[in-house]
Amino acid sequence: MRAILQILEEDSRTTPEEIAVRLNLNVDDVRATIDRAMKDRILLRYSALVNWEAAGGKKVFAFIDVSATPEHGAGFDAIAEYISKFDEVHSVYLMSGASDLTVVVEGEDFREVARFVAEKLAPIPGVRGTATSFVLKTYKMEGTVVNEEQPNRRLAVAP
Amino acid sequence: MNPQKRPLASHMAATMPPSGIREFFDLVIGRDDVVSLGVGEPDFATPWKICDAVIDSLRNGATSYTSNHGLIELRRAISTDIATRYGVEYHPETEIVVTMGVSEGMDVAMRAILNPGDEVIVPEPCYVSYKPSVVFAGGVPVTITTYEKDDFKLRPEALRAAITPKTRALVIGYPSNPTGAVMTGKELAQIAAVAREHDLIVLSDEIYAHLTYDGTHTCFSSLPGMRERTLILNGFSKAYAMTGWRIGYACGPAEIVNAMVRIHAYTALCAPIMGQIGATEALLHCEDEMRRMVSAYDQRRRLFVAGLNEIGLRCFEPRGAFYAFPSIEATGLKSRAFAKSLLFEESVAAVPGDAFGPCGEGYLRCTYATSLDNLKLALERMHGFLEKLRGGSIAVDE
Repeated sequence: MRAILQILEEDSRTTPEEIAVRLNLNVDDVRATIDRAMKDRILLRYSALVNWEAAGGKKVFAFIDVSATPEHGAGFDAIAEYISKFDEVHSVYLMSGASDLTVVVEGEDFREVARFVAEKLAPIPGVRGTATSFVLKTYKMEGTVVNEEQPNRRLAVAP
Repeated sequence: MNPQKRPLASHMAATMPPSGIREFFDLVIGRDDVVSLGVGEPDFATPWKICDAVIDSLRNGATSYTSNHGLIELRRAISTDIATRYGVEYHPETEIVVTMGVSEGMDVAMRAILNPGDEVIVPEPCYVSYKPSVVFAGGVPVTITTYEKDDFKLRPEALRAAITPKTRALVIGYPSNPTGAVMTGKELAQIAAVAREHDLIVLSDEIYAHLTYDGTHTCFSSLPGMRERTLILNGFSKAYAMTGWRIGYACGPAEIVNAMVRIHAYTALCAPIMGQIGATEALLHCEDEMRRMVSAYDQRRRLFVAGLNEIGLRCFEPRGAFYAFPSIEATGLKSRAFAKSLLFEESVAAVPGDAFGPCGEGYLRCTYATSLDNLKLALERMHGFLEKLRGGSIAVDE
């Protein structure tokens, strides 16, 4: 299972047939494992990793530290799930350290994100405070270095 | 009077043919559309932890000579590594020398053990430097052919038949470059028995030891009675993607290592300290990175070998290193003609099998240490090439 997930995480277009060959598994078993992983919400989605900065802007991201008041019996789950429902919210994490939640928000520009924080996020009951940090430049995302296309220095034929 | 001008190069240097790989390299130069399966090195960059450790050491002024044997920290790490993996103990002070890759290690080892005229048995197909190292050291290489039907393993009876009163040593290199063959502990034990019987020194090139895919690698000196007559040659180029750092090592009886250090001290003095620091970091902290690379090679191996067999190039299953050695016999072409034509027609570079000994004729060495996309593209182009050959739409220069 782990090896299959690793291959899909690297390239979600990899076919079950290819995975079977690479891992020396039966293709039906690979398909079954993938189906099960989808059902169990281990595999959430097949997507591409996009470098939006290179695509011509029009997308900004902000990391927002949120201090929140936990609820009886639910801790931070209820408020985190509430925040997660906004389309503007890219990801939500429960954190150790100074703040309780880190919310990643995406928007067309800085103003749109700022407006979302001021008008939607901060007023939510239970949100005690927010600290917004905008992403200025991305160097590495999801394990991939953004500008790593390096010249091939290997000789074409070598011992 | 004008004395007759004598050649500037020695007879030995002038008559040593260039490696068949080198020759092919010249053909590829200047072509930028080539998918290369001709490279004997990892496509991964050196793990950044290693580079970082070396950059830090440079900031701190570590730019001097080291002991002729190599940094003691590195030798200790090597000693621990071999003891942990294979259960063989080597004393870091007296039984380990750090060399500039296995190639220098092999050269120095030959010079350390051979007297003029001593014979060294070299099973083929094999890495290109073994035979020249024997010759440069004044020895005589005696080759043994290994066969695809035997999975390119050295058979004890073939070894026995090649031994003469002059035989001093045997070179073995498993996992093998170029075939990808691996020998099991049991099979190697049979070779060890012959070596013991005839008092041979065994030089075991284990540079691809970590790249063993099915089963585990057997370190030759771990076999009964072999530690006292075996020199293990290994290095960091392949498993840790450190080819350009040029760091290898040899472990063996103090008598051989001592003799090697005497030669190494006069010719190289020591391996570069930067590489030695990087190698130490590799052994101490890069097991995970190494495992990840090995797992990637393994997946590519399965995909590529299955692909070769599918397009009609019969391929013995390589169980180690990162090479496939398909037979091109079915095409009726010679290795060199096939490889040249494949390069010119389809821009795929692979090395003709005969670069690794005459018995490599009829085969092609293809590296799968390249991206999956490259491997798929190469297979597609090779398929197209084979179709053209079958259809007679290309004429091949023999």
